[in-house]
Amino acid sequence: MITAQRKPFDEIYRSASRHRKILVLGCGSCMTVCMAGGETEVLTLSQQLELAARERGDQLQIRMRTITRQCDREFFDDETARLVFESEAVISMACGVGVQFCAERFLGATVYPALNTQFYGATVQPGVWAERCVGCGECILESTGGICPVARCAKTLLNGPCGGSQDGKCEVNDQQDCAWQLIFDRLKASERIAFFAKIRAPKDWSRSGNGGPRTIVREDVTLQ
Amino acid sequence: MDDSRADDGVRIVAFCCHFCAFTAADTAGTMRLQYPTNLRIVRVPCTGRVDITMILHAFCEGADGVIVAGCEEGSCHFTRGNLRASKRVKRARELLREAGVDPQRLEMYHVAAAQGPLFAASAREFIKRVEDLQLVEGGKAQT
Amino acid sequence: MLERSLAEGAFVVTAELGPPKAPDIEAIRRKAALLKGQVTAVNITDNQTAVVRVSSIATAAVVLASGLEPVIQVTCRDRNRLAIQSDLLGAFLSGIRNVLCLTGDHQKFGNHPQARGVFDLDSVQLIAMASRMRDEGCFECGEEIKNSKNAPVLAPRIFIGGAANPFGDPFEAQAMRVAAKAAAGADFIQTQPVFDLERFLRWMEVLRTLGVPEKVAILAGVMPVKSYKALEYMDRNVPGIRIPGLLIERMKKAASPKEEGVAICVETMRALQQVPGIRGIHIMAVEWEDVVAEIVHQFGNGVGSAVA
Repeated sequence: MITAQRKPFDEIYRSASRHRKILVLGCGSCMTVCMAGGETEVLTLSQQLELAARERGDQLQIRMRTITRQCDREFFDDETARLVFESEAVISMACGVGVQFCAERFLGATVYPALNTQFYGATVQPGVWAERCVGCGECILESTGGICPVARCAKTLLNGPCGGSQDGKCEVNDQQDCAWQLIFDRLKASERIAFFAKIRAPKDWSRSGNGGPRTIVREDVTLQ
Repeated sequence: MDDSRADDGVRIVAFCCHFCAFTAADTAGTMRLQYPTNLRIVRVPCTGRVDITMILHAFCEGADGVIVAGCEEGSCHFTRGNLRASKRVKRARELLREAGVDPQRLEMYHVAAAQGPLFAASAREFIKRVEDLQLVEGGKAQT
Repeated sequence: MLERSLAEGAFVVTAELGPPKAPDIEAIRRKAALLKGQVTAVNITDNQTAVVRVSSIATAAVVLASGLEPVIQVTCRDRNRLAIQSDLLGAFLSGIRNVLCLTGDHQKFGNHPQARGVFDLDSVQLIAMASRMRDEGCFECGEEIKNSKNAPVLAPRIFIGGAANPFGDPFEAQAMRVAAKAAAGADFIQTQPVFDLERFLRWMEVLRTLGVPEKVAILAGVMPVKSYKALEYMDRNVPGIRIPGLLIERMKKAASPKEEGVAICVETMRALQQVPGIRGIHIMAVEWEDVVAEIVHQFGNGVGSAVA
């Protein structure tokens, strides 16, 4: 899923306090799973905003709603639309995608992000989420034993490890596993060490975000 | 939370776990130990049931201070509920601080069922702390 | 000439010259003067440990003019494939022949930790790209290196090196990586400084089984230190370096730490000279260039140096 973390409170308050009636809009998918912008987080933030407004003597009317997700038009239902238009601004607790999509759906609405979107990751254990993919557009997991060096090597090496790998940890952070150690171990264990010795050519970065914002079109499904 | 203030004192909500803290409070009563009446006790099966939004709700509704009282370490009837509560109280204090509310207005206590005196003493100490904060902050009126 | 000396089978000694932080040409000339005549060639580091210094190529040009043969260093951290190819052509045009291809220490170690690390390529791909430019006369994209359709192809005749860390993990993978660099076209390899001889010997054994010393000239790294604190610092902070406790103890007990540091360095050099497959030594006297002459003298291997 996409993961995010709530922005510093002061930053959110600065946005919210420009207005008197706001809607805190949560997301029931990724942001719920990573506990950054689901129903509970919407409530917690609203409670904090209420307390803060009281402290500072600001007038702030807060409405709350959480929809399934903010990256598909269908979920911006009539009730949501009504709340959006009755508010002066929306504090969206969706990822960066949802924040933008919400504004696109409700043209003219002011939508602020409450979160800093981070990475595509998995729940390693309750309360811990780790990055696994960077959406490079050209998956090489087949040849690296299912472990991604583009996402998990600090230097995105395709022919690793670098000389800084020590005791299975990355030179950048000794809590971080060296991706190439993991790949080596996995390939060795499954007797695919030949994959390790292979020299991989330079990556085509134009297929990753580096080439500009990407679009996928399924002609067989589009309506026009 | 009722609007009328029977006494002019601070309003404290205390989430007390049934097995330890609530029983301790009861014991204090039986022993006729005095502690101020500003304490509104909310009995929960375990402090592990208390989540952050419940604590913040109390403040939003006008509480001047909140206590979460549970079992001593290792004695929780539900094994680790009190430990989870500790972690949440820690986070809630941070959230309160961000929102401009003094985090000292929230406290976690660990008491055993028989420790009536400890419960009473803790209550008194906490209420005094909140009263002092009221004075310092010019008695933030809960409108 | 580094290439020629190695081809002739000489035991080669190279050293390092760190460019200054400020554009101070006299500082470069002073360092070059300390090394001239002592060693075959001198590595010019490239924003080492991600700290910004005068560029390797510009510094190398000054070193060359001072009568010393440079080896420029190129990292993958700061430049993409366009900039690197451009730099290689520029360096070659300026009379620079030797290029050491490195991944580069992560930017978080240096003075600009917020910078974006480029890492368009890794060091193996960099070596492959450089050797393709030299051997096939074409760019990474496949185009020939020539000015116009009918102009001649001008391939940069560069001598290509790679780095290796016998003390990195996983042990076997690091050795395989050297083999990859050899297969990609590297002519020589310089290793991280040897403090743990026993581990180094094990590593060389693996390399021999992979047939690597026949394909590339391996120069073992050594580093003289001034104090036990320097060793402790490196052990903790410099990626890829680990120091045996015994060595730190020895330095601690030394009556004259600097002399002890030099002695340890020379001892190591003599031991390395005996190792089959080692074709030379690379002395990394970081910010202590003036000790190189002393080391070379003690080592007693009159190594010629002037640029041909």
